[in-house]
Amino acid sequence: MNKPAEVVIVGAGIVGAASAFELAAEGLRVLVIDGGFPSTGSTGAAMGHIVVMDDSEAQFAITRYSQILWDDLREQLPPSVEFDPCGTLWVAADEKEMDEVRRKLDYYRERGVNAEILDSQQVREAEPHLRTHLAGGLRVPGDSVVYPPCAAGFLLQKARDLGARVIHGQPVTAIGKGVARLADGTEFAAGFIINAAGQYAPKLSAGINIKARKGHLIITDRYPNFLHHQVVELGYLKSTHSLTADSVAFNVQPRKTGQILIGSARQYGAENSAVDESILARMLQRAFEYMPDLSQLSAIRVWTGFRPATPDKLPLIGPSPEDPSVLVAAGHEGLGITTSLATAKLICAQILGQRPAIPIQPYLPSRQMAAEAHV
Amino acid sequence: MDSVKHLRFDVAVVGAGPAGIAAAVAASDSGKSVGLIDDNPASGGQIWRGAHNAPRHSASSVWFERLNKSAVRIVRGARVFHATKGELTAESDDSAIQITYGKLILATGARELFLPFPGWTLPNVMGAGGLQALLKSGLDIAGKRILVAGTGPLLLAVAAYARKCGAKVIGICEQTTRPRMARFGLKMMLVPGKAVEALRFAYDLRGIPHWTDCWPVAAFGNRRVESVRISRQGQTSEIECDYLACGFHLIPNVELPRMCGCRLRENFVDVDEYQQTSVAGTYCAGEPTGIGGLELALVEGEIAGYAATNWEDRAKHLFAKRARYQKVARILKDAFPLRPELKNLARPDTLICRCEDVPHERLREHGSWRAAKLHARCGMGPCQGRVCAPAAEFLFGWENDSVRPPLYPVRCSSLAAIPSHSAPRI
Amino acid sequence: MSESVSVRVNGKPVTVRAGATVAVAVLTAGATCRTSVSGQPRSPLCGMGTCFECRVAINGEPQRRSCQVLCEANMDIEADG
Repeated sequence: MNKPAEVVIVGAGIVGAASAFELAAEGLRVLVIDGGFPSTGSTGAAMGHIVVMDDSEAQFAITRYSQILWDDLREQLPPSVEFDPCGTLWVAADEKEMDEVRRKLDYYRERGVNAEILDSQQVREAEPHLRTHLAGGLRVPGDSVVYPPCAAGFLLQKARDLGARVIHGQPVTAIGKGVARLADGTEFAAGFIINAAGQYAPKLSAGINIKARKGHLIITDRYPNFLHHQVVELGYLKSTHSLTADSVAFNVQPRKTGQILIGSARQYGAENSAVDESILARMLQRAFEYMPDLSQLSAIRVWTGFRPATPDKLPLIGPSPEDPSVLVAAGHEGLGITTSLATAKLICAQILGQRPAIPIQPYLPSRQMAAEAHV
Repeated sequence: MDSVKHLRFDVAVVGAGPAGIAAAVAASDSGKSVGLIDDNPASGGQIWRGAHNAPRHSASSVWFERLNKSAVRIVRGARVFHATKGELTAESDDSAIQITYGKLILATGARELFLPFPGWTLPNVMGAGGLQALLKSGLDIAGKRILVAGTGPLLLAVAAYARKCGAKVIGICEQTTRPRMARFGLKMMLVPGKAVEALRFAYDLRGIPHWTDCWPVAAFGNRRVESVRISRQGQTSEIECDYLACGFHLIPNVELPRMCGCRLRENFVDVDEYQQTSVAGTYCAGEPTGIGGLELALVEGEIAGYAATNWEDRAKHLFAKRARYQKVARILKDAFPLRPELKNLARPDTLICRCEDVPHERLREHGSWRAAKLHARCGMGPCQGRVCAPAAEFLFGWENDSVRPPLYPVRCSSLAAIPSHSAPRI
Repeated sequence: MSESVSVRVNGKPVTVRAGATVAVAVLTAGATCRTSVSGQPRSPLCGMGTCFECRVAINGEPQRRSCQVLCEANMDIEADG
């Protein structure tokens, strides 16, 4: 009955859950171990935007691949996952940003991603609560939104249905050489161990560079029809780029409940998860600049979370530098929900020795050591 | 964008119920500037809601007169939603308010404990204190049939008041045992002033059935409650009514004290003999330090007000009086423990979280409040768990998690007004 | 000073005593305050501003806790039921 697992996955967040589902679907015996309850980490705090990004070819490849996988899965998702194909509306504040919009349009179209440019008037028709005198925007209708804890919960349950075992509340203190060890000394041996521990991944695998980037989110009361798309300012990408400074960027999301999520903020070196009033105010001021009516909405909750960030903004997917039996699947920064399904496929391909659907090189953890070697 | 008002007080008092009023008046005797901040449109808290109608020599009239004669600045309709050392941020209907203070007195009162049972979400099923609050706010229930249920002395006060308002009070269903109820009555008679009150209750409630070992099992009705099934000493019966006023005693409002960093003991704010909390310069009076009723709240408020203005002598003078009324807190604690049958009232489809409509069966599968919140969304609505978290704690033994700003839902513009320069995080 | 106040609940005129709250006006009109996310009618539970069951739209502004707002002459109250 209880044969030993062939794969042990550390972390039951969205990446661990997606990996568990994928591997169990391939017939492997999977054991998932999480130190808390599922989605305690970044997944529990995440916004849940499924978005195709164009920051680099590698980022586009993985986000596009994963977005298609989410679309394939959508019929199976229960209502609690709140899948909403609302699309993304990127907004441009001025002509310079409109140039960026046009570049984005070409980029997406060349790669088969549906997108359309909206002018100043059309962007306000698309989202009436946007301020006047925006230069325009880009609508990407294929993007969507999910509720991350329930999405991860769904994937984990599918994995269980396929025979995966899940252990909660037991932190893993060490992995390597085919063994995952718990705090109480219990050991689980497996041919492969997947480090999907998000911001805690560096604690388990040496030689990987992941730093936590603190974020803040606000959720409002229900205002049906206030917002129709996930609306993001073009400056958002600039915000994700900085490796040191605190930054904010306008980013709002409608939920099926009619509630609005308001973000986003990025901070390095934050010591704890307490709400930081200063960056909260900055984030809100930025949001009010784009959507003044937000200021009158009732905010029910504020929370923080940590994005596991890598220096080159690409996730780590592949063998750990020190131990090839450990596969790292972490460091997804703000794209964990989006790229979880693709990450699972890529991990699975590596374990089964199959050809991955997209080139794997940009995501290999060994690139970090190579980068450091060149310094 | 909304304006931001700035106020500064030597002593800020949060909560204008009896404890807060007494604290503000006492503090104001010193000549220091005192602000009394409350989120209701009028002062009085719960027990003194609408008390401008009260007879002239009643405790509330005496205190309101003292308050009006004092130099206390009353800030009405202001909800405090953030606190840091030396600073509170509140929201009113038209602005955010930043309040800096030298000393802080927290008199945030208590709220009712609601326990779920089938039909508890029907309109006109409300708290016992809830019905009383609406009656004091002008609700006309003349001729209507009211069933009162739950536990605690509040049921008696509500039944008496509802009758005075012309309602037909069908009965009072008290879940505690007959011996406990009898002991409660006897012990209260020995507390100064309470004997008269007890006799007055007995008179006011004459002819109204009072059933112990009795609790509601389910409420029925189409769009409004029409009847209630009760369990009484092992037997069930159905009672037709227009309102069910049901509450299971009081739980302290300790969210703001927690945000201020005050240490709690058994979910009440821990205070020393001067009503000072574990945070120097921050005091707490009234129900958040222990459910003890009106007289205890008043004397604790006074002590806190004098202590906060360095008038220790006057504070000490009141210690003996406080000791007498602390007996009430102990009597209450012993008299109304919740019986285990109440944990089994909720059925799988009974809603626990009313904001997000989360039923019992969806919560049961999780091991903690945090997990249930994240996966089932209970406690993620505007009440921020004030209704469902205490129920979940009773039903599943889950402890509530930490407190984060905003303490109440507030406009986004008010959130942006939280001062950020400033004070070290507590 | 007037002893009563006249407001409108769902377009219907309702008179309450001076100093009464909007929640009282809604109940007096025989209406319920809001509809829950799964479609249930809801009315005040706590009466003291903590349960949020009494939310209505007042003069066009949604999500106001009616038990915390005093009636003013000609107030326009939209309650769900």
